[in-house]
Amino acid sequence: MKRLLARHETYIFGIIVVFSIIITAINPNFLTLENAFDILKSNAFTGIMAIGVLFVLISGGIDISFAATATIAEYLTVLICLRVGGSMLFAFFSALVIGIILGAVNGYLIDRFAVPPIITTIATMNLYYGLLIVFSKGRWIYALPQYFRTFADIRVITLYTAEGLPYGLSIVTALWFVLMVLSAGLLFYTRLGRSIYAVGGDAISAKRVGVSVKMVRIFVYAFMGAMASVAGIVQALLVQAVAPNSIVGKELNVIAAVVLGGASLAGGVGTVSGMFLGVMLLAIVQNGMTLMRVPAVWYDVFVGLVILFSVGSSSWKVKKEKVGTFIDIEPLSPPMVQEGGR
Amino acid sequence: MMRPLRLEKKETSVLVGIMILVIIIMVLANPGTFLTYTNMKGMAYQLPELGILTLAMMVVMISGGINLSIIATANMAGIVAAIILKSQPGSPSVAFLLALGACLGVSSAIGLLNGVLVAFVEMPPILATLGTMTLFNGISIVITKGYVISGFSPAVLYIGNGMLLGIPFPLLIFLLAAIVMSIFLRKTRTGFSLFMIGSNAMATKFSGINNMAVLIRTYLVSGIYSGIAALVMISRFNSAKSGYGDSYLLITILAAVLGGVKSEGGFGNVSGVVIALITLQVLSSGFNLLRVSSFLTTAIWGFIMIAVMVTNFLIENRKTRGAT
Repeated sequence: MKRLLARHETYIFGIIVVFSIIITAINPNFLTLENAFDILKSNAFTGIMAIGVLFVLISGGIDISFAATATIAEYLTVLICLRVGGSMLFAFFSALVIGIILGAVNGYLIDRFAVPPIITTIATMNLYYGLLIVFSKGRWIYALPQYFRTFADIRVITLYTAEGLPYGLSIVTALWFVLMVLSAGLLFYTRLGRSIYAVGGDAISAKRVGVSVKMVRIFVYAFMGAMASVAGIVQALLVQAVAPNSIVGKELNVIAAVVLGGASLAGGVGTVSGMFLGVMLLAIVQNGMTLMRVPAVWYDVFVGLVILFSVGSSSWKVKKEKVGTFIDIEPLSPPMVQEGGR
Repeated sequence: MMRPLRLEKKETSVLVGIMILVIIIMVLANPGTFLTYTNMKGMAYQLPELGILTLAMMVVMISGGINLSIIATANMAGIVAAIILKSQPGSPSVAFLLALGACLGVSSAIGLLNGVLVAFVEMPPILATLGTMTLFNGISIVITKGYVISGFSPAVLYIGNGMLLGIPFPLLIFLLAAIVMSIFLRKTRTGFSLFMIGSNAMATKFSGINNMAVLIRTYLVSGIYSGIAALVMISRFNSAKSGYGDSYLLITILAAVLGGVKSEGGFGNVSGVVIALITLQVLSSGFNLLRVSSFLTTAIWGFIMIAVMVTNFLIENRKTRGAT
């Protein structure tokens, strides 16, 4: 199983390398540190949400409501910060509380009432998003607190271009990487992490060996809520404005990125490194198109083809392997028939 | 042909109960405005779009799949039809027939592609249709460059806005589509196999049903229904554009599930879905009369969805507890 996963990641990595070579051949600006930092910064928002999606998919579930959760956490937090003041740390804390509560509601409904995750989260998405628009009246917030601006400008590593302009690794990217490392650690080295794989692989067996399926389910959706809320704040940091309708509608793209990274919708499979590559693949397609001066209208066409080709070829491979096992069994059957005849 | 595939009685009665409750509340909340000809007519014109799309979603959900590309298919087919109508090849009636044929042709082709990806390549339906959704949304944007194509002849506008024998024409299309779907699901071999595949695909495979053929036909039907929805949509908006009705996508899943279609597959019937659609429409029109934001209506749809699923769970739970 592990080898198969490793194969998938190498495969996605291969596609990324091929794309990178093509893009660099057309526009050498692609393969610069500056561009790389730029991609990593602008995709931190998607990437952080993708961590949460990965956890949910591994547990065998799906979440459609996270974009709504992210928006609510973002909007309410900025409102709170504007009313009572605070700091960046307070903003993250407040967003996390909101995100975890909204996520846990999903987890509770899914576990307690056995409602399919896709239905629950579509319903809560409509509920959360509808209420947000009603109470916010769709108003944008432009005047963010000053510390949102200062924080967004922090660079962990600062370099200078030939012209002497500063650029570097944004704090937002660093946050994304720290979250990925922590999540990978959680998934691989803790009892809880292994339980998530167990529940996704086979919930009934997991229950028999003593995993609390209920706790795992509530945890993954609450965790999804937490990641969504952090992503919401990151979005506010990147855009320096809060729009109640800017994130909702992108949920399927994030799920697609995670699935491209090898996570299975059936559960039990997926890694943080694969997820990172999946997010990067779509990010590089988008960035590369801009650099190759392909009109932006073609973006969806390419993404659609990447999804169909990539998921299609891995499904086809699985199908072929399945056929292979049938052929393997066949030579065994004649002797058995002979035995019966004797 | 066997017909063991009815909704459980209790679920249907919960559904009808909710519908009646919602109607009573809306009549009481809007005295003198809800039960008027204007309001009824408004509802009759609004319901078909979502209704036909929900039928397109429902048929694949019964097979245990999902079709995220219905809206993208409808927009793509609508745009192709609109382009033909605008370029006016030959007389208006020739252009109309050509557009009609192209609309259904494009939508069936996309449906067929979905079917092949799901049944032959064996991609998970949610990903296959997410891929085709993105792809055809993209192609629509490339064709139209993101602009609107608008202004059609009266014959086209009649589809979405006309009236026949005092009944709004789109409602007639919806009723016909619902009846045909009901016949397809209950009286044809493919329809019957579809329910069986949704319940247990392995079992149907070993009982000699050609799963691949049935699934491909299912996605084809879903595509054709998206094409019919496209005709109603371009006519009602008097224009075509990529991205029209995007917000309907997840609502069709809600409407289907509210109508008793199981997202795991194997269960569902047209009458349940029609009742669910009427409920949603009454809510939306009623709130509109009360001048409530349409987003609050969406929120309430979400809430009702959860309430129904929880109620069904509790009923089910009591039944099994009684049995043991």
